[in-house]
Amino acid sequence: MSQERKRRRLLAVVALLIAGGVMAYLAFGGIGENLVYYWSPTELREAGPRAFGASVRLGGLVEPGSIDRQADGLTMRFAVTDGEASVPVVAETVPPAMFREGIGVVVEGTMLRDGHFQTQRLMVKHDNQYRAPEDFKPEDMKELMKSLQFEETGT
Amino acid sequence: MTRRIFGVRTLGLLGLGLLLVGSYFGLFVAPAERYMGQVQRIMYVHVPCAWIAMVCYTAAFVFAVIGLWNGKPRWDARTTGAIEVGAVLNALLLVQGSIWARATWGVWWDWDVRLTTSLVMLLLFAGVLALRSFVDDSDRRATWTAVATIVAFVDVPLVYFCVRWWRSLHQTQSTPETVSPAMVLPLRLNAIAILLIAIWLIAQRAKLERERLRKEQVDEPARVTAGLEVTDA
Repeated sequence: MSQERKRRRLLAVVALLIAGGVMAYLAFGGIGENLVYYWSPTELREAGPRAFGASVRLGGLVEPGSIDRQADGLTMRFAVTDGEASVPVVAETVPPAMFREGIGVVVEGTMLRDGHFQTQRLMVKHDNQYRAPEDFKPEDMKELMKSLQFEETGT
Repeated sequence: MTRRIFGVRTLGLLGLGLLLVGSYFGLFVAPAERYMGQVQRIMYVHVPCAWIAMVCYTAAFVFAVIGLWNGKPRWDARTTGAIEVGAVLNALLLVQGSIWARATWGVWWDWDVRLTTSLVMLLLFAGVLALRSFVDDSDRRATWTAVATIVAFVDVPLVYFCVRWWRSLHQTQSTPETVSPAMVLPLRLNAIAILLIAIWLIAQRAKLERERLRKEQVDEPARVTAGLEVTDA
């Protein structure tokens, strides 16, 4: 085998090993624990004073019956829940058209000392269900949360 | 003879026809989604683009390994074709996703793990193409392209699995159970259509690259005798 050919094949093996190593690290290295896209209401409560002041994301479902649009037309109050804890949110933004009771949301903002989460960036988290209008059936909260992965499925 | 009747161009034409049929079903036959409404129809191009972009990059990875192993220039040409077609679909994917996101999530972009890894995927493979264009020696160019492709490929499974492993704004993969049956057909038709078009484009691009390589090798001795290039062999 020529020298050049050997060198190339060695490179192939090294490149594959590097790629495989990085992939395995990402899959099993547990970097997910340091890579939290949002906190659930329970986690935000558990964080206690650490939650104040910092800019964080809060994710959960819009609690049914909690939406309260203020008369000024700019502010909206609602609660984000994960089925256990619930956090009241004050949003100073125009909500997306998809926003409604029971839908998943991720809000970016800060926890205030008065116990409210203040946000100016409200994002709707849609689940992986796509349905025609006629096959509508009311889902229960548990199923909804599972489909949105707000409930940990265990990694 | 069979090649003349059922060549790769036939695949391309078949793909274009199928894309028309699939899009017709997607736009006019499938129902509008109950909450998202008409904008959900972007799914019929967004999801196939995502699938086939990843198929192209995976093909590029396989071609790169084969090319590095046997050193034949045709695999280098195929790797390049697959990366370029993958990158075009990847760019389309990001634009379509952004439009859909604005309408449903309320934002054009967020640094969510799915969105970020998809953008990184495009940048990585654009980087491979950039690297490639900087190397003059054809053997060295093939080797570097192949090694860079193998390393860049790390991000591809990450794009697929990140929504299962970590929290994200982007939804997880749908299954036929979570999608209304009327929506599954256009999704599948367009996926097959874009796959066929991709195969056609990769084949065309690889052919072009091989012709360029051949021309390069003819030109090479002339450049050396003219003192334009010093060989290090």
